Amino acid sequence: MTGNNLIQIALIILFLPLLGFTVTLFLAKKVKKIFLFETFILIVSFILSVALVFFKLNYFSQTTFTGEVNWINLGSISIDLGVMVDNIAVLMIFVVSLISMLVHLFSIAYMHGDKRYNRYFAYLGIFTFSMNGIVFTHNILMMYIFWELVGLSSYLLIGFWFEKKSASDAGKKAFIVNRVGDLGFFSGILILFATYHTFTFDKIFHQISLGVIPFNSEFWLTVTGILIFAGAIGKSAQFPLHVWLPDAMEGPTPVSALIHAATMVAAGVYLIIRVFPILTGNALEFIAIIGALSAFIPATIAITQNDIKKVLAYSTVSQLGYMVMALGVGAYKFAFFHLVTHAFFKAALFLGSGSVIHAMHHEQDIRKMGGLRKKLPLTYATFLISTLAISGVPLTSGFLSKDGILAGTFAFGNLTGQWFFAFVGFLVALVTAFYMFRLVILTFHGEPRDKEKFDHAHESPFVMVMPLVVLATLSIFIWYTPNPFNPEQGWFLSKWVKAPTIVTPQDARYSFLKSDEIKPEANVPTVQNVPAQTTQEINGSEEEVTFSKTYTEAMEHAHIPAMMLSLGLAGIGILFAFMFYQWKKLDPDKLAEKINPLYKLSLNKWYFDEIYDATFVALTLGISKLFAWFDNYIIDGIVNGSAALTKQVSNFSGKFDNIVVDGVVNGAAYLSGIVGLMFRRLQTGKVQTYIVLVVFSLVIILFIFKSF
Amino acid sequence: MQNFPILSFITLLPILGMVIILFIPKKQEIVIKSTTLAITAIQLIAAIILLKNFNYALGGVNDPSSFQFIEKFRWIDITGFSWIGRIKIDYFMGIDGISVPLVLLTAIISFIATLSSWTINKSVKGYFAMFLLLDTGMMGVFVALDFFLFYIFWELMLLPMYFLIGIWGGPRREYAAIKFFLYTLFGSIFILIVMIALYFSTTEVLADGTKVFTFNMLSMMNPQNFTATGILSPLNPNNLRLIAYIGLFVGFAIKIPMFPFHTWLPDAHVEAPTAISVILAGVLLKMGTYGILRVCFPIFPEITRQLVWYIALFGMINIIYGALCALAQKDFKKMIAYSSISHMGLVLLGMASLNSMGITGAVFQMFNHGTITAMLFLIVGVIYDRAHTRGLDEFGGLATQMPIYAGFTTLAFFAAIGLPGLSGFVSEAFVFLGAFGFTSIRTLTVISTLGILLGAGYMLWAMQRVFLGSLKDKWASLKDLTFREYAMLVPLSLIVLFLGIYPATMLNLMNSSVNAMVKFMANAQTMYGSLLH
Repeated sequence: MTGNNLIQIALIILFLPLLGFTVTLFLAKKVKKIFLFETFILIVSFILSVALVFFKLNYFSQTTFTGEVNWINLGSISIDLGVMVDNIAVLMIFVVSLISMLVHLFSIAYMHGDKRYNRYFAYLGIFTFSMNGIVFTHNILMMYIFWELVGLSSYLLIGFWFEKKSASDAGKKAFIVNRVGDLGFFSGILILFATYHTFTFDKIFHQISLGVIPFNSEFWLTVTGILIFAGAIGKSAQFPLHVWLPDAMEGPTPVSALIHAATMVAAGVYLIIRVFPILTGNALEFIAIIGALSAFIPATIAITQNDIKKVLAYSTVSQLGYMVMALGVGAYKFAFFHLVTHAFFKAALFLGSGSVIHAMHHEQDIRKMGGLRKKLPLTYATFLISTLAISGVPLTSGFLSKDGILAGTFAFGNLTGQWFFAFVGFLVALVTAFYMFRLVILTFHGEPRDKEKFDHAHESPFVMVMPLVVLATLSIFIWYTPNPFNPEQGWFLSKWVKAPTIVTPQDARYSFLKSDEIKPEANVPTVQNVPAQTTQEINGSEEEVTFSKTYTEAMEHAHIPAMMLSLGLAGIGILFAFMFYQWKKLDPDKLAEKINPLYKLSLNKWYFDEIYDATFVALTLGISKLFAWFDNYIIDGIVNGSAALTKQVSNFSGKFDNIVVDGVVNGAAYLSGIVGLMFRRLQTGKVQTYIVLVVFSLVIILFIFKSF
Repeated sequence: MQNFPILSFITLLPILGMVIILFIPKKQEIVIKSTTLAITAIQLIAAIILLKNFNYALGGVNDPSSFQFIEKFRWIDITGFSWIGRIKIDYFMGIDGISVPLVLLTAIISFIATLSSWTINKSVKGYFAMFLLLDTGMMGVFVALDFFLFYIFWELMLLPMYFLIGIWGGPRREYAAIKFFLYTLFGSIFILIVMIALYFSTTEVLADGTKVFTFNMLSMMNPQNFTATGILSPLNPNNLRLIAYIGLFVGFAIKIPMFPFHTWLPDAHVEAPTAISVILAGVLLKMGTYGILRVCFPIFPEITRQLVWYIALFGMINIIYGALCALAQKDFKKMIAYSSISHMGLVLLGMASLNSMGITGAVFQMFNHGTITAMLFLIVGVIYDRAHTRGLDEFGGLATQMPIYAGFTTLAFFAAIGLPGLSGFVSEAFVFLGAFGFTSIRTLTVISTLGILLGAGYMLWAMQRVFLGSLKDKWASLKDLTFREYAMLVPLSLIVLFLGIYPATMLNLMNSSVNAMVKFMANAQTMYGSLLH
């Protein structure tokens, strides 16, 4: 097994789902069972990704492999496409392949009987292909390419039941809102290309480490970072572009699990992870603020939602906010860690909700549920484990990763004196525990509120329950670290995920992220010009270059207090959830009345949609109408007006021609007519008269000639 | 191959076809249609043969020796012609990497448009005769290197177009036809005047040593050939080159069409039969941008450099304004027409970058816009043929009734909004990357990227209104695509897909010429600057 083999496996994993998509799409009508082919493809691709992750982490955990091929070569411009296999990528591909495979299996039962059953699987195939592309890319252009393709598959799957207006609206909204972010992303790429004439991450990083920065200004390096981050704001549904994700719940529930919870929305976080080395301190701070807002606002909305999927959607935004904030405060490893753990438990939650919805005959309102744990014991168990994980209860994966993030914000506060992020982090931990347990209690505990639907409910079939069990199992700590209270020593964080080498100029960084060593050259992985179609190994220098000793130490100090505090807060959140909804010691309705404005704000999702509709959407449509009017009446008015004017002028000149010019002509004719008339009198017909006239005129003429 | 006059063949073949058709009895409609199809098929095959023999390494642009398939002979030569003296006009054809994609595009679109014309049933003979004449005009523009010849082809295409819209068009066809005709003629006058002025400013040395005025465009690109006193000669301190440039530019810009000269386009499209819309959007609009690139840029390089910001500005206006107008349309075809305006703005923006990435993007965008917009108009035609209406709001849910049609539409729509993997993305990205690389138009470029967003807006909204939602009862009898419609949409889809995945095929074709152009434009400042001192 060499690096070359790993690249080959990566390429097979990348393209297999594309094959699945093509075959399934074209045979959808002809071969009834073609969805099995697509599912089979995903199983193969999962097995390959297990092999990839195993070999990479076991034998080459310190090495990054890249393989590239020239795509466009115009002499002055050369664009390469390529894949990069590093630890982050293989872990991510494992997550994507696993969840995608489980979702395929789950969908076999969940989507059974749908009239576009096969096409649904084809769409899952193109999604998986696009997502794999994002994971493996070694350059930012390819990232953008697959980024957009993921957007397409998301559009197709959200609007899968397009007969419903709400579904087609949601698909459209998702694509357009994402494009807003992508404008920023694309502008960032424009700046990078104008500066470095390459798209490849390594080459860009290398140049920045040599001090080449956009427009020779650290400010513009910050702007570039923020612009690229804008792509992540869109894709990861961060504030203020988070509005599309709750609507995306119109798609089939397994899709929500795969795309709108576990993988695609995490692509934004993955993007930041990939470009992390070029983010300046200011850019990171901006990212942290967006992350904090995105963690907080949706969490407050989730408290009052009654649609089981909407609650999960807002919680997804909130958790993604956590990851983004973690990156912003420099807790790089924990952001990725949380990405992975969240992917598993959130997929479990969504698929669990799918199982519930399936059992309840497409009822999604939690007010009509209740008591379902008796009917759906396995779904309940897995849902509960995942809820414990997202709430940050010990022995779960979520506890480990969330705790790390909170410690990161704590350390950040310690080092910079800014406690805002820590405050938000802990507050959201409390709220999350509360609304997640509210969801569990209302759905599974208590008495059934819709007796008829409850009576018909039954546990889902094996292909649906099995994925739940697998995902819930992965939400236990043991997969990541042997010590359930400290992940730092676990293999995931100590061996697999390493913080990258930051390449931004020293004084543009957070003060605590400055290099401890003074040998900047040593920090830069050497990248030579890579010939086409070869693979190359870059010896990671990650080991000796720690991200920042100061920060790591601060994190270690923050670990215990952060853990205590978050445990306490999660406990309080869960306790209150039980007080309100299980034991009914407190009445949520009364509380809602008491703080009515806040309740309304939360229930109406902070009025984001209304505000956007009234401003951006209305403005754009208004301008477009105005322009169309302008085009029709003013510009075309001028065109038609000048035509009319020409007509008028020609009319006038026609009249002039008729009256004046022709008048002269006709006048002359008339005159000669009159003269003729006069002369006619002379024409008597008598020869004598003529002779007299002739002689007379002759005399006159002769006389005239003579006088000359 | 070397001696076969393939460019004349490819250009004049349709005229031959027209003559044949004129001899076929009126009643033999199928024969007339098949003859046209055969002619365009042969033309397409010839274009592919041409492509196979094309030498990628030769630049062309201003260098006569690196043009390919040159045909040049004395066409008109009158001595002692009144006060003018001697009139000498060459029949001069040749192609380089900038014209080759467009020759290929013209051949493809003509073939597809013939298929699309199959449903024409009103005076079939006249229609196809005109159609073939139009074909010659378009092809001629892309291969002519003598300005006079260029102008003849330019005008030649005007007449058949007028009748094709005016006779076979929709209810307001006469208004649209006359608007199109007058507008374009208005532009042609500028071109004519500048052409004549250029003629009297450029000389060429004949074999016998005499100096004569010339219409040779390549001679006009070499400042050595200008007379000392010609009004468009850079040697003349009082020259009118700036004014002439603007006139010429406007003449071409009307064809693009560039804001504010664009309002003929929506009307012409709405009234024109589907096949003619396909030709109009697929090929005709490119004549404008091609003219700017072939004539304005290399003949007036120093003025181009001076005005490049304004070209980019108008490109930006086209992109944003066209997109916003498209958003407001209720007629499917009119919306596509406005989207065309928006996408042609990209070509202007790319050309204004004056670097190889941007110009490559611009030329590639011309080709891609040709194929993608042809698809879009065919798609509108499909629904109009069946439902006899084009109101976006009158449909809904067609995706359930006509799934394959909806599939092709999805592909075309996403190609139009620049989805990666489809050809539109590559050219769009190249235009933006190139234009952003040119410092003085950087801000305009960034504003132009808004077009990406607006494009998604109007396309997806149209998609939703026509195809998604629940099916209305009155459309429950619509049939999915016919074999003929497949035959039109499948090849175009394959081109769009192939060039999206492997654009190098097309980019390599134009690469040498684009680089030659960039180099020439970059040297212009020094070349023309030194002339004056």
